[in-house]
Amino acid sequence: MTVTDNPVDNGVNVEALLGAREALSEAPEAAQFQWRATCKWMNGTHSQSTVEGFFGLGEEQSHRTEYNFDADHPEIFASEDNGATPVEYVLVGLASCLTAGVASVAQNRGIQLSSVSATLEGEMNVLGILGADSDVRNGFSGIKVSYNIDADASPDDIKALVAQSQKRSAVFDVISNPTNITVEVN
Amino acid sequence: MKVTTVVIGAGHSGLAMSKCLIDRSIDHVVLERGQVANSWKTERWDSLRLLTPNWQSRLPGLAYDGSDPDGFMAMPELINFIDRYAVTAGAPVQPETTVTSVQRTDGGYRVETNQGVWDCQAVVLASGACNIASVPAVAEAVPAEIDMVTPADYRNPDQLAEGGVLVVGASATGAQLAEEIHRSGRPVTISVGEHVRMPRTYRGKDVQWWMDASGLLDETYLTVDDIVRARRLPSPQLVGTPEHTMLDLNSMSDLGIKLMGRLAGVRDGQAQFSGGFRNLCALSDLKMGRLLKTFDEWATENGVDSEVANPERFEPTAVEIEPPLGLDLNNGEIKTILWATGYRPDYSWLDIPVLDRKGHVKHDGGVVSSPGMYLMGMPFLRRRKSSFIHGAGDDARELTEHLGQYLEGQAGLHGAAG
Repeated sequence: MTVTDNPVDNGVNVEALLGAREALSEAPEAAQFQWRATCKWMNGTHSQSTVEGFFGLGEEQSHRTEYNFDADHPEIFASEDNGATPVEYVLVGLASCLTAGVASVAQNRGIQLSSVSATLEGEMNVLGILGADSDVRNGFSGIKVSYNIDADASPDDIKALVAQSQKRSAVFDVISNPTNITVEVN
Repeated sequence: MKVTTVVIGAGHSGLAMSKCLIDRSIDHVVLERGQVANSWKTERWDSLRLLTPNWQSRLPGLAYDGSDPDGFMAMPELINFIDRYAVTAGAPVQPETTVTSVQRTDGGYRVETNQGVWDCQAVVLASGACNIASVPAVAEAVPAEIDMVTPADYRNPDQLAEGGVLVVGASATGAQLAEEIHRSGRPVTISVGEHVRMPRTYRGKDVQWWMDASGLLDETYLTVDDIVRARRLPSPQLVGTPEHTMLDLNSMSDLGIKLMGRLAGVRDGQAQFSGGFRNLCALSDLKMGRLLKTFDEWATENGVDSEVANPERFEPTAVEIEPPLGLDLNNGEIKTILWATGYRPDYSWLDIPVLDRKGHVKHDGGVVSSPGMYLMGMPFLRRRKSSFIHGAGDDARELTEHLGQYLEGQAGLHGAAG
């Protein structure tokens, strides 16, 4: 139940989300989404990825506009640094997913947010990707997320917000659980 | 055979319904595939005790009258209690009668069994929420050398091979069995998903006393925040022991049980666990904190602070900084996997389209969309207490009321037609 006499506004339309939950539970085929990206090699370690279309609610959908993302490696890897490194995009994905969740959960729980900021740190031993030590994994050995949240709620309620956001986060799940990946060459 | 109402299942729910039907003089039969309290007699492990104290064991017309109101019934006592109830209520139980099909007819329902056919106007489904132990699909990838058991097959640790045991699931069942198996000398690793942490005793009173007295157990499906979620909440990590011990991840750690995150996959003989474990622990610590705060506020508002001990808070769940994410299932350390991953009801005999896509009967507080059909004994059917022994009473009374009105309406229709 939402609190109707509470003028909390975090800019999230919770009624629409709850309505979608109910509607999609009745029509599970509409809940099947496909998210897409395309990627084009530019030069060196520089690539450009694009997202625009996706599939959901039983039909083709598209973003308001096309979005482009340059990825590269920094100069200390002898690259030109035309964009963020791919692993930084992973941190960006996690941060924005959790933060969207914090806002949504806060709205649903009647908590007004004043400010939310997060700092993410992904630890990585690059001997893994360099193939120099087979005991070291390629990916992060761990990720630390620190939130600073100013809101009209108790410290425990704010902790519960962030915990609930992790529980419902797609990117948190993608990173913390194994996923089958199929790579084909056409 | 013709009867007004058929009740399927002679557990505490079906018997409570029968008692209410008797009180309203609605003729009926209670069909039972085995004997009264069949699941309790044949499908539960040896050491199981109720999670509710004896004083809470009350059904319409029968309340616990023994000498240990604060104790927890072991299975023989519970079976005796339910057997006694069937007799004192005078329930018309037809034992050893397995329902093979329930179909809609013009006037109501046809119930086919291995002992004959009953035609009736109303049907009450009281066959239980825990007929089949659910095992996740990932079990198919487990190496063949490892034995797999479910709580439905498990009786005691002696039936397991010597060696390590991976218990998957940490609700009441998984947590209780993990401790019992670990104490038998078989080192246990437990995989923990979403779980509900709860102290056995709080401020000197059993947690069920708090839930009961503060009105939480009477909260109805119409007023609870999110009924979908409330109905699928895992059972709290509680155990009923004579010592009133607390069962949680910390008590398991103290015993030497290894804690892992939710089992996420098995690949090449390696079990993979979610990296979200610490968040699940934080969630249940916070949730328990909110529950205890609710109790404290209720105690103050109702002037009972002087009758109970001082408020207390429990240590947060202790989790390693970097809980392990993998477990080798090929190196011989794990001999057995116990899937404590929940149960589901069996409606393979129900030939009426009332199931949702997850195989559960769709209902509104126990009133099924097919007219004259009712459901009993499901989690949060009408109230938070619905799945407890003492929860059957109010549900049975209200559903009998509804059923009685339905029959009167039918009689009225037929009278008008005639």
